[in-house]
Formats: sequence, structure tokens, C-alpha cells
Amino acid sequence: MRDVYIVAAGITKFARARPKADFRYMVKEAFDYAMRDVPKLKPEMIDGSVCSYFSDHFTRQLMAGIMAQDYLGLCSKPSKRVEGGGASGGLCLQTAYDAVASGRMEVCVAYGFETMSRVTTWKGNEFIALASDTNFDYPVGGFYTGYYAMMVRRHMYEFGTTVEQMALVSVKNHGNALHNPWAQYPMKLTVDDVRSAPMVADPLTRLDICVMSDGAAVCVLASEDAAREITDKPIKISGVGTGTDTMRLADRPHDEVILLPHENPEDYRGLKYPGVHSFRAGRVAAKMAYEMAGIRDPLRELDFIELYDAYTSSEIQTYEDLGLCRYGEGGKFIQEGYPRMDGDIPVNPSGGLLACGHPIGATGLMQAAFAFWQLQGTIGKHFSGDDTLQVPDARRGLVHSHAGTGTCITVTILERGF
Amino acid sequence: MARKPKLQETEKGTVLFNVDPIIIKDHYEVDYIHSYAQDSPFFRGLAEGRLLGSRCPSCDYTYGTPRAHCMRCGDKTEWVDLPLEGRVHTYTTCYFGGEEFLEETPFHLILVEFDGVDTLFLSRLIGVEPGEIEIGMRVRAKFRRLSQFKVTDVYFVPA
Ligand SMILES: [Zn+2]
Repeated sequence: MRDVYIVAAGITKFARARPKADFRYMVKEAFDYAMRDVPKLKPEMIDGSVCSYFSDHFTRQLMAGIMAQDYLGLCSKPSKRVEGGGASGGLCLQTAYDAVASGRMEVCVAYGFETMSRVTTWKGNEFIALASDTNFDYPVGGFYTGYYAMMVRRHMYEFGTTVEQMALVSVKNHGNALHNPWAQYPMKLTVDDVRSAPMVADPLTRLDICVMSDGAAVCVLASEDAAREITDKPIKISGVGTGTDTMRLADRPHDEVILLPHENPEDYRGLKYPGVHSFRAGRVAAKMAYEMAGIRDPLRELDFIELYDAYTSSEIQTYEDLGLCRYGEGGKFIQEGYPRMDGDIPVNPSGGLLACGHPIGATGLMQAAFAFWQLQGTIGKHFSGDDTLQVPDARRGLVHSHAGTGTCITVTILERGF
Repeated sequence: MARKPKLQETEKGTVLFNVDPIIIKDHYEVDYIHSYAQDSPFFRGLAEGRLLGSRCPSCDYTYGTPRAHCMRCGDKTEWVDLPLEGRVHTYTTCYFGGEEFLEETPFHLILVEFDGVDTLFLSRLIGVEPGEIEIGMRVRAKFRRLSQFKVTDVYFVPA
């Protein structure tokens, strides 16, 4: 396997609706943004692409990936769609990685999109809930916020996590986004604002949850030789990991914790794992990516993280899966300020899904774009001159993309290249 | 050959939401021919007032939501009757939901744990007010008299 680099990225500003642009136009917008950033990359140097979008229901256009390929002028080069729910963007990035690492391509474009404005919010929630077992789960009241509410309820029971700790995630991420011009919902919030927002599924309020979005995102990946030709600020993909878990929450086993190098079995005596309170797929993905990148103590060896915070609770659960703190300490981790911009390891400096939006197939690539710019040190350049969110001297970051009730999760480690 | 070919005009028209850009209503509906296939005995069981799980004869793992093959060892499982009483493993009250369920809000979702069973079962809990549900609370299965052959033919009430 060869080394693989990200050489350029582009996104559209995520919005509740982009009626004047369809998915092809949005992908083109993000693609052109990326291409403008690296004038030495000529279209003829691109060998092929990978596309991600989650839902045929939202798109109602089969083979939409090839339509985007067509619109970008990349036909007759190879292309394929990858799909893995909310992790589709992360899988798209990793599939493009595979194409370059294997030597099949020198330059591969990863693009993703979602057009969620094509139905009402509640119809959209119905579509998303079809990503739960349609025999046993969906008919009971298919609603993802309900599923996450049950998971965090058990987390609260096992570990004493509080709703105020969850609210702190919302305050942090919406607050970070005040300096991110791409974000859909930047907001200055207090814990009280979050708790007094309308209850959606107890204990998750409207401000514990991300919103529906239209948007697209693009990352361009290249081999070392190609990267040297294209840019002097390439970012290396030094670790990739992917994990899966049972579709039904009800089927999650009650076994022993899968340990990271810095953890001990004594840390978790008596804890049934993953149960419904933790994401085994996230732990597996992290372990795989850390081993590949040579990371033994993630809290100390990573400079920032962009992770899946469609729910404030999932951010807290993910601190633990990624080994930033022990299982059960995620609530304390945010309370003590570790993941804040001025903390030990900024988590979701961009504002995350909560504030940036979550056009499903684009999301993982958007996170990778933000991480790519962080590591290049070009946040100011891409954020309208505001570099408040630039993590000083960021050398290594992690991107985490997540689907279903933790059903498919990718972790990708990025670091400064050359 | 007709001298002046012309399409027949209709009054079907189109629902128009906006003109710049043009946004129209695009209707889509489908009836699937859905087989419960290997899960069928579970749904028949509900009609008979039985809650069926499955058990692996090789590794003894018992499933609170049935599956025809064991996820641990791959062997074919056997149908078993689950106890009709269990405990709330976790819960939530949904005040919103997917469009199909919006009219039923607020409703309570619970994952049920059963003694001697390794995995859980997702269901509705009725007969309690928000705030009255607790983890560990004992609950009892009830069945619709007129089956719809849906997983919602079974629901739970406080035991
Ligand atoms: Zn077995």
C-alpha cells in the first residue's frame, strides 16, 4: 500500500434548502472550490471518483452518483457510489484512499451530497428511520432521536452523565461555529437555552440535535508523486479504520470492553459492553486507525478532532469510544473543558454537525475538509479571513464519521505531509 | 397518418409552490409485497398471544428479538417462548417523530430485558405518564385482539 494525501477540498455552505441548485450543481460548486485552490491540478490528472449520498428516498434519482460525475465532466473515468448511512461521507473518503493506496489511481476525487429539503422535516425523519430494521424497529415508532434518547438514557444510568453536560456540547459547538462562515446555525447559547428548548425525545431537546441540510463536499486524494506536483501543503492520511455493529439496538451484546493500549481491564470491571450506551463500531474503527498511525495515547497524540455530533449525547459517547477518556467519563470530559477550543484537545472546532448541518452523504467529507484546512494552517484563508478556529500548530487530527445507531463508523487520521 | 398530430389536453395540472426556481409537488407512492420470510413465526406468534425469541442450540445464546441464525456462531436458531414479563432496560418519550407516527405523539419507547435472555426487545409502553418510567421497572406484554401482523401487535404495560 502506498501513502495517500489529501491535496484539496471544497464545500458548499450548508443550508436548510438550496432550491436553486440541485445535487449536481452543489457537487460542482464544491469541486470547483477545491480545484481553484490547487491550480496545478488539471482535470486530465484525475483518474476517477467515489461518490456518497445516503438516501435514494431523498434523492429520488437512482444512479445520481454518475449524474454528478457527468455534470463534473469526469465521464468516461471510473466512478462508484458508496453508501453507509450517516457514515457515507467517511466511507467515501476511505474508498478514495483505497483507490490511491492500491495503486489503481494517482488522483481520486471523493464527493458527497444530500438534498434533504426535498421533503418536510417529519417526512425526512421517516426516511432516516427507514435505516432501522423495518420488521422490528421502524413500525414501533421509527425515529432516530428516540433511539439516541434511549441510548443516552442508559448512559446516564450507567455512568451518571447529566443533561447539563450534554448541553455543554451544544453550547461549545454552536459557539465555535460563530467563527465558521460555512456553518448553517452558529449560535451563542447557554445551558439554560438548550434545556428550555422544546423536548424532542426525552432527554434530547431541539438544541441537542442537528438539523436537516442541503449541501455537498469534496476531497481530492493523491499519491505522493501526484501530491508533490499539485501542492506544497499536502495532508497525509496516516490511519484508516472502520467498524460495524448490529442494526438493531436490541441485539447489541453485553461483553467486555475492547481495550486501547492505554487502558486496563481493571478500568471496566463489571461493565457490560457495548450494551446500548456505547458505540463498539467507533471503538473498533479508532483502534484500527490508531494502530495504523502508531497512536498509543490519543488525548496526547492528537491535536484536534472532528467527530459525529448529530446529537450532543453521541459526542460524549464518542469521546469514550475514541479513548480520549475512559468509558463513563465523557460527561466529566466536557464539563472540565478538555474539548473546548482552549482545552487540551479541541473537538469539533468547526461547530460539528450540530452547527454546520448534516447533509448526510456530504458530512464526512465536510469534516475531512475542515480537518484538512486545520492541518494546512489555512483556516483563516477558507473562513473569510477569520482564523479564530485555527488550532495553533495542528499537526495531527482525527475525523470520525458515524451511521445509524452506531451501526457503521469510520475513523481517519490525518497529519501534515512530507 | 393524421394530418395534424396533437396530444390530448388534460386538466391534471401540477401543484406549483414557487416559480423562481420552479418548485412543484412530485407525488410518489408504492405498495410493497413484503414477506416476513424467516421471521414469519414471530408475527404468527403475536396473533396467538405468544412472544417468540430464538435460541442457539450450539452456544445457548438467547435472543429477545428473534433471528434465524446465531450472530455468534452462525448456527440455525430455534424458536423459544419469551417470558411475558420483563424489565425496562432503557426508555424515552417521543414528542415528535417520523411523519407516520407524528399523530401518536407523545409515545414511550422502551427496550425490554428478560430474565435468562441475552438480547433485548424494542416496544411501546402505555399506561404511564411521562416521568413515571424508570430503568428496571417491571413491565408485562399485552397483545392486540385484532392482529395487524406488525411488531406493534405486542406492547407493554406496567406489571
Ligand atoms: Zn450460537
